[in-house]
Amino acid sequence: MTVVERREIALVDLLDRLLAGGVVIKGDITLRIADVDLVRIDLNALISSVNEQVPSPWGELT
Amino acid sequence: MTGLRYVYAVCRPLGAPLQAELTGVAGAPAKLLPHHGLIAVVSHVPEYDFAEEPLHAHLEDLDWLSATARAHQGVIDALTVVTTPLPLRLGTVFRDDSGVRVMIEAREEEFRRTLDRLEGRVEWGVKVYAEPESEQPEQPAGKAASGRDYLRQRRQRARAHEDMWQKAEEFATRLHETLSGYAEAAKLHAPQNAALSGAAGRNVLNAAYLVPRRDSEEFVELVDRTKDDTRADLSGVRVELTGPWAAYSFAGELTEEGVQE
Repeated sequence: MTVVERREIALVDLLDRLLAGGVVIKGDITLRIADVDLVRIDLNALISSVNEQVPSPWGELT
Repeated sequence: MTGLRYVYAVCRPLGAPLQAELTGVAGAPAKLLPHHGLIAVVSHVPEYDFAEEPLHAHLEDLDWLSATARAHQGVIDALTVVTTPLPLRLGTVFRDDSGVRVMIEAREEEFRRTLDRLEGRVEWGVKVYAEPESEQPEQPAGKAASGRDYLRQRRQRARAHEDMWQKAEEFATRLHETLSGYAEAAKLHAPQNAALSGAAGRNVLNAAYLVPRRDSEEFVELVDRTKDDTRADLSGVRVELTGPWAAYSFAGELTEEGVQE
C-alpha cells in the first residue's frame, strides 16, 4: 500500500469541491429580491451527468 | 463599466493585504467589495461569457470549465494565505455591485455563523483506490494441464479478487471512521470516475475532512501511519491525500442541514 501526496491539483478533485461544495446562493433570492436579477446557474445537471457514470461501490454492499 | 460580477468568496476584513494583481476568472483582476463588515471577493466579467446562456454553454466545455475552475481556485488559494474564506460555488454571478451587496445583506447572519465555524480550519481530501492484481500486468499463471485445471485456476483468481475488494472496502471504512473521529466534520464525495481522474484502480473512498489548521500536521501523520498498519495484506490499495483546501466541502452545511449536522 502506498500513500501519495499530490502536489498538482487534479481537475476532478477541484470539481468535486467547486461544483458540489461551496456556498450555494439559491435562486429563491431572485424571487425574494426581484431587482437583483441574479444569474446563478444551476450545475446540478452537470454534476449528475458526471456522477451517473460512476457506480457507487458503497451501494453494492448495502 | 458594464459587465457582471463573479463572486469567489465572502470573508471577514483581511488582516493583511491580498497579493497585488491577483488574477481571477476570465483573466480579470480579483477585487474586494466591502459591505456590512464583510467582504465579497469579486471580478468584473463580460456578459458575453458569463450571462446565464453563455455560461451554461461554457460549462459543457471541459477546457473552459477547467481554466475557470483553476482561476477560481487560484483566488481562493491567495485568500487562504491571509484569511479563512467562505468559498462560493463556481459560477455565482450577479448583475452589478449592488446585487452583491443585497445578497450580503440577505445572508449576513448566516455568513458570519459559517465564517465563525470555519475560522482557522482547512479541508483535507483523502481517497482510497483499490486495484486488483489481475488489472496489473498478469503473472504467468502456470500452464493449465486440462480444462478442469483451467476452471479451477479461474475460480481461484475470482476468489482472490473478491477477497481483495472486500479487504479494500473494509480498509476504507475503517480509515474513514478513524479520520472522522479525528476531524471536526467529514463529508463523503461521490467516488471519482477513472475516466475523468485518469487514476489507476477503483476509487472506493473519496472523502473530505475539516481539520483545524494547527492540527493538520497530526492529521497528515495519521493518514500516513495507515500504511504501516496495513502494508502486508493490502498491496493493491492506494491512499491519496490532497490539501490543505479551503473548506469548500463544509461551506454549505448550515444552509442545507440547519444549524448542526
